[in-house]
Amino acid sequence: MIWNRRAQVEEPAELEALDPVLQQSLAHFKASVHAWSADVESRPRTVMSTAPRVRRLAVGWALALLLGLGGVSGVLLKRQHREQLAQQAQQAQERQLEQQRELDAQRAVAQQNLLAKVESDISREVPSAMEPLAQLMTDDATR
Amino acid sequence: MRPGIAGNDSSAAGLASHAKAKKRAAAVNLPTEMPSTCVMAAGTTLEAVTMETANEMAAAEFSHVVVSHRPQIFRFLLASTRDADLAETLTQECFLKAHRNWASFRGESTAMTWLMRIAINLQKDHWRNRRVQFWRTTQTHTVDISEASDWLPSGESSQEQQLLARERVAQVWQAVQGLSERQRTVFLLRYVEELELSEIAVSTGLSEGTVKAHLSRALARVRGKLGGKR
Repeated sequence: MIWNRRAQVEEPAELEALDPVLQQSLAHFKASVHAWSADVESRPRTVMSTAPRVRRLAVGWALALLLGLGGVSGVLLKRQHREQLAQQAQQAQERQLEQQRELDAQRAVAQQNLLAKVESDISREVPSAMEPLAQLMTDDATR
Repeated sequence: MRPGIAGNDSSAAGLASHAKAKKRAAAVNLPTEMPSTCVMAAGTTLEAVTMETANEMAAAEFSHVVVSHRPQIFRFLLASTRDADLAETLTQECFLKAHRNWASFRGESTAMTWLMRIAINLQKDHWRNRRVQFWRTTQTHTVDISEASDWLPSGESSQEQQLLARERVAQVWQAVQGLSERQRTVFLLRYVEELELSEIAVSTGLSEGTVKAHLSRALARVRGKLGGKR
């Protein structure tokens, strides 16, 4: 039998040519591996039920999903908050600009009123300044 | 027309299958003759040689192969990986694969070398996948060298001798750890499984010359570790 033939072979042929220390070490190594393998094989094997593994896997996936959703919603909320802040800032800026425009318009109106007032004041002043001449002219004409 | 001689496909397939099984049986050293109840029943028909019979024979052969070669395959994988769980898993996979491909085993090599080849390929695939799945590297249960060398031959009488033997085994393990994958495979097949060079060549898919070269380098390394001279 092929496997029995293998068992009959005591040592590999070239081992005879090796030094005794190496030869002995290799023999010990072989015996050690054989003993270890036999020991492992003789141990009772525990078969793990797949149910806890499946449950653990499901819990893991659920947690991962929750974590993922939390992360995504956090990012979205942060983004929304940032957008709101930007919107508020824009509105405040617009309001400020509007106020500034109103102020400018008021200032312009006030300036215009002032100019108009000055102009009217001057125009009212001029006839009174010419008054003596006018009187002179009327005097000459009567004469 | 006699039933079963012509126009019976199952009988023809059964015969072909039987021929293959006979060759396979020779490779695994099982009795090659069909059971007496199956041989030419009624003297003239081939009906007895059915697919069912061939399948039964193949199943019997395979279970015989599993029983006789499982310890050797497991031992080789255990020594290669130093991980009992992994060795167990790979052994299971090896025999599962062998079972699936048992019909294609033509008996050109021995069943042992055929199985060993499957085991070596599975081991290679495992390490390749492990390299890709870097996150799984923390999950290995590889046994430490000192632990691996705890299993000692019982022949050592004195405590000193045992200590010396343990030390030497640990040194060989250290040397084996430092070998390349091929060198390690060749070394273990030769000095643990005691396969012939030709069998190692068939199992690994290497030429005998390459096997010798790998073996020589591996031995030099072990010798170096043991502090011996060439």
